[in-house]
Amino acid sequence: MSNFIDRRLNPKGKSLANRQRFIRRARAEIKEAVQKSLKDRTVSDFAKDQKISIPTKSTKEPHFRHDQGAGGEHDRVLPGNKDFVEGDQIKKPRQGDGQGRGKDAASGGDFEDDFTFTLSQDEILDIFFEDLELPNLIKTSLKEIKTFSWRRAGFTTSGSPNQINLVRTMRNSFGRRLAMKRPSEAEIEHSRQKLAQLKCGATPNAENREVIAELEEEIARLEHKRRWVPFLDPVDVRYNAFAQQPIPTSQAVMFCLMDVSGSMGEREKDLAKRFFMLLHLFLKRRYERLDIVFIRHTHDAQEVDEHTFFYSRQSGGTIVSTALEEMKKIVTERYATGEWNIYAAQASDGYTQTGDASRCVDLLNQDIMPVCQYYAYIEILDEREMEVFSSEESGAELWRAYRTVAKAWSNFATKRIAKPQDIFPVFRELFSKDAAEAKT
Amino acid sequence: MSAAPINRANEPLFSGAEWDFALLKRVYGAIEEMALNDLKLDVYPNQIEIISSEQMLDAYSAHGMPLMYHHWSFGKIFAREETSYQKGWSGLAYEIVINANPCIAYLMEENTMTMQALVMAHACFGHNHFFKNNYLFRQWTNSEAILDYLAFAKRYVSAAEEKYGAEQVEAVLDSAHAIMEQGVFRYRRPPRPSRAQREERLRKRQQYEEESFNDIWRTLPGTARDMSADAALVDEDENVGPQAPMNLPEENLIYFLEKHSPSLKNWQREILRIVRNVAQYFYPQIQTKVMNEGCATFVHHYLMNALYDRGHITEGSILEFLHSHSSVVFQPGYDDSRYSGINPYALGFAMMTDIKRISEEPTDEDREWFPEIAGKGNWRDVLKHAWANYRDESFIQQFLSPKVMRDLKLFAVRDKADDPVYTVAAIHNEPGYRRLRTTLARLYDVATHQPDIQVVGANLAGDRTLTLRHNRYRGIPLAPNSRDAVLKHVRKLWGYEVTLEEPEA
Repeated sequence: MSNFIDRRLNPKGKSLANRQRFIRRARAEIKEAVQKSLKDRTVSDFAKDQKISIPTKSTKEPHFRHDQGAGGEHDRVLPGNKDFVEGDQIKKPRQGDGQGRGKDAASGGDFEDDFTFTLSQDEILDIFFEDLELPNLIKTSLKEIKTFSWRRAGFTTSGSPNQINLVRTMRNSFGRRLAMKRPSEAEIEHSRQKLAQLKCGATPNAENREVIAELEEEIARLEHKRRWVPFLDPVDVRYNAFAQQPIPTSQAVMFCLMDVSGSMGEREKDLAKRFFMLLHLFLKRRYERLDIVFIRHTHDAQEVDEHTFFYSRQSGGTIVSTALEEMKKIVTERYATGEWNIYAAQASDGYTQTGDASRCVDLLNQDIMPVCQYYAYIEILDEREMEVFSSEESGAELWRAYRTVAKAWSNFATKRIAKPQDIFPVFRELFSKDAAEAKT
Repeated sequence: MSAAPINRANEPLFSGAEWDFALLKRVYGAIEEMALNDLKLDVYPNQIEIISSEQMLDAYSAHGMPLMYHHWSFGKIFAREETSYQKGWSGLAYEIVINANPCIAYLMEENTMTMQALVMAHACFGHNHFFKNNYLFRQWTNSEAILDYLAFAKRYVSAAEEKYGAEQVEAVLDSAHAIMEQGVFRYRRPPRPSRAQREERLRKRQQYEEESFNDIWRTLPGTARDMSADAALVDEDENVGPQAPMNLPEENLIYFLEKHSPSLKNWQREILRIVRNVAQYFYPQIQTKVMNEGCATFVHHYLMNALYDRGHITEGSILEFLHSHSSVVFQPGYDDSRYSGINPYALGFAMMTDIKRISEEPTDEDREWFPEIAGKGNWRDVLKHAWANYRDESFIQQFLSPKVMRDLKLFAVRDKADDPVYTVAAIHNEPGYRRLRTTLARLYDVATHQPDIQVVGANLAGDRTLTLRHNRYRGIPLAPNSRDAVLKHVRKLWGYEVTLEEPEA
């Protein structure tokens, strides 16, 4: 009457198809929620599984419901009576201002809470990438946490035919044939010739006949053995083996430099944050150990923690070179060039004190660029300014100064941005270099 | 506690929390022996499947069915359950049981041996007996075929997605789900053509063939005849399309749209049919929550105690069992922060335990209220009769005893829309018992929580407006926001204007 089945080894994730349909359905709301949460998350951990809440607008499943608060008579039966007796009257709680009910909020069975669930890292990255307009190849390479390369790993007894190692296989075959004393073609031929000689000679006498019989037997035995010990046996076959090896990674430090003077508003900081996040994502994949240093500056610079970096305000003028000085100091103190790969990302609104730009150029050319793997600079403009400065050549003092640096160093990238999708081109060279490496 | 002779001499079947398959089988055997010979339960063969917590989450999201077509709403349930389980806001059910033959029960691998025993008694015998014997399940669901049907449904929906696009299919499913509650036959089976009608149709067809007979068709191999035979088959099978008789008023909205909507394509009609059949399959479960859970809880409580009395399980196990049993049947009071309605496990278990008490040790009150069963000692028969022939509403109306009302301290409150106060209509005392019982029984009538919506008119000669009517239950209107949203879905399925009347009682 009973039958026990162990289903634990059956595949899980039967609901995956439904989950994907759900996420597609609630795309707009999920995206909004993720974008909002990006603001609250730190640069280094934004791409982890996270809980989000979305309004139930597009995922509502309406049904006909009785309006619990409106007309008609309702009866309820409740447990746990303490002191009520029949005929007792209980005052109804007042709703809203006491007059009629609010149109939406209070209508009985219609109310639904926000819907809360957990998004996986992949799903979050998909949404993060959505309006950065990254090329597809880079999306996939960013999502991979580790890269591997194929390395030779000796020989195996199983594999695909195109990986047969002929030398090994034949060596095994030869050794086995020797050991098993496989008769060679020549041996058999030799006996055959002897037999033919005897046969074509005079009529066989008794002695001859015996020799012929012996020879025939010998030939049969040799041929049988040849069949029995094959030229190539499956046990001889060897295949080249390959194993995946993670590409050795090392350590890197990422400097985030940002102007925090009053002219950098929330929009500018939000764009800058995405810029830093993207670089961080890229570096995290390449390096096992990754440090981040946040340096903010107004008219002087200091190293701060992430929260202060993005959220606290400081008043003062703007002297960009102070941040570069600070970075130079930290590099010499903590990140000796031989052991660390140094990356820097700088965001600013392009304004600096008159005369400071040339100081910046000197610092970059002499101290910073020689030790940096890559230096990306973005100038955040509003969209109107973007039109005015449509040409690369025109621009404020700092921009023109940085252009000269970019000409001198190929690993120095500059870009003006006004929208999230402008961010990626700053890194284009960095990523394309990486893609080229991955191909070879 | 139990009528069976107490004999603790047996060696316990297990002592620790660990279980393996051999042990499960031994314990199952002991439970089965008592369930069949002592309680004399009548069950489908059991298929017990051990699953992991992830698989339990998967099973949750599709109404607990092992197979289901794909739809985002199941993904939504999954996402919510997964989060709430991972964050520790809620535990998972210990078991899921499916009304099928053989009866499929899922047990979680994390359960201790005691819990596995409890769950086997609860699902494999309690629920199983109820599924096999209750009249609602016997009349309305086909336990032999449900899994095959769901497999068909899943294939059909994914084939439709491939052919017509996932969005199209999703749109139909969304609309159908919105009126799923109105997609069941409450009082009758779907109308089938009577024998006379079928013969009449056959006769007409023959007549047509005779009239249009042309000898030349005979020389063509097969084709013409086959085609006409096919068309006849379709014709006989379904009365589809605007010309079919409508039999208004019609309570089953999905059925009506499936058969008469002027705008749906055939595959869309088939999808409506699938949703309708699924809704119909679950309809008995909605009406028997208290009885179904009460039956399963009563059975596991009886069987576990019997196991203990015979020495099959240890004192530690029985304490573990009692702990989880008492949290299952816990009923917080209305003013408790944990209160969320009347717990069907608690009410069902209390009523069934009380039937046993009335049968064995009746008081004068019981003799007055239940003269047919008080003191007769045949509680097994009484319970089995009740499990087979009642649903929640009628069961409460018939068997809720004054003692249970007193124990649960039930009281009824009336809420009239234009009154500034709620009135306590009846409490657990002599003048109140009967009114309280009737009020509670009414609350378990499906009509009190599912609005009664019927198709009353379809103006096919004119502008094709479909008219629905909501027959108000005690003057209660529909909630406006969800009403308008659902009507939008009905409009999509009908293809033309749809209006809803809500006459004031």
